[in-house]
Amino acid sequence: MGAQLRVYKRRIRSVTATKKITKAMEMIAASRIVKAQRQVAASTPYATELTRAVTAVATGSTTKHPLTTEADAPARAAILLITSDRGLAGGYSSNAIKAAERLTERLRGEGKEVVTYVIGRKGVAYYGFRERKIEDSWTGFTDSPTYADAKRAAAPLIEAVTQETAEGGVDELHIVFTEFVSMMTQNPVDSRMLPLSLDTTKEEEGKGEILPLFDFEPSAEDVLDALLPRYVESRIYNALLQAAASEHAARRRAMKSATDNAGDLIKSLSRLANAARQAEITQEISEIVGGASALADATAGSDK
Amino acid sequence: MAAELHVELVAADRSVWSGEATLVVARTTSGDIGVMPGHQPLLGVLESGPVTIRTSEGTTVVAAVHGGFLSFADDKLSLLAEIAELADEIDVQRAERALERAKSDTDSAAERRADVRIRAVAVR
Repeated sequence: MGAQLRVYKRRIRSVTATKKITKAMEMIAASRIVKAQRQVAASTPYATELTRAVTAVATGSTTKHPLTTEADAPARAAILLITSDRGLAGGYSSNAIKAAERLTERLRGEGKEVVTYVIGRKGVAYYGFRERKIEDSWTGFTDSPTYADAKRAAAPLIEAVTQETAEGGVDELHIVFTEFVSMMTQNPVDSRMLPLSLDTTKEEEGKGEILPLFDFEPSAEDVLDALLPRYVESRIYNALLQAAASEHAARRRAMKSATDNAGDLIKSLSRLANAARQAEITQEISEIVGGASALADATAGSDK
Repeated sequence: MAAELHVELVAADRSVWSGEATLVVARTTSGDIGVMPGHQPLLGVLESGPVTIRTSEGTTVVAAVHGGFLSFADDKLSLLAEIAELADEIDVQRAERALERAKSDTDSAAERRADVRIRAVAVR
């Protein structure tokens, strides 16, 4: 076998092996999207009920609470960025990071100091490589987050918000994650979690529902005290679940195009290999023919 | 027709139980509270403990609730808890083992959780 043909054959083998891997990853990601979507759906009743309750307290009482009132001059803001632990998901992590960068720029432009909290190894690596400061980070659960993970991430954030700004606390809490719109569309979004803006909760709540005057047990302040941390946790949990679904969808898409590309590559490589084989055969034939006629010429010459 | 209230018992990651009931007894931070149809709108903080739901079919559903909220309006009652389990789902032996372990490890949170589970089963 000719040297060129051998090289083509080897490349075809290696691309075929890669294609098998990407195909397997595509299928795994596709099956996980469905699971992640189910989890998002399962967590929705809790989130909607909680939002209802928060809206009810916030509108139904005149209580002032650090988590609902806006600071006069907000000086520090916290950003929670959700990225993935693993790569091979196309632009998933970098898009989320870019959204966080934009938000950071905007907040800096408004004269606020920004502290960053990161979930996911990719985000940690990005900030680590650029030697930017991360306040806190969590990794290892972005594939299938549980409520306990959300709770773990929420605890220091809530603590930072309740602290006085002068003592290292923050005035605002933003979250950046990738919203799962459909199998094909996932958008990185940023939203402000705290202080609570009533307009956004009302929008989520559904239009024009009049909330009854609630009786609070034990008191409006205590209810709000207990309710708001849960609200933050639930929002983070929901964001984590959506981000997980988006990650799997992004990975599925990336792996699908990788598989398609590998297929194309195999096709063009086998064309080249065929041409090389054919050229080899042609050469052999012409060599044989040439050799035979040379022999014939030689014997014809000796006859004389 | 007897008045009924619609109950939704939801945990953070799933909906645990929903249906019609005539009476719901839960423990808030300021004491036990019973909610019947027509109760005034209420929003309360729940203590860890068993919640008893008397369904309109006359059966009783007991659930272990680990902290959370209760909100009632328009004859609709929502019980929100980070973790909630029906008494039927609880494995008593496992809960007892967890209680033993929590006691020896002096893990007060785990001890409380196991205790709530066992109490919920006892009420049933």
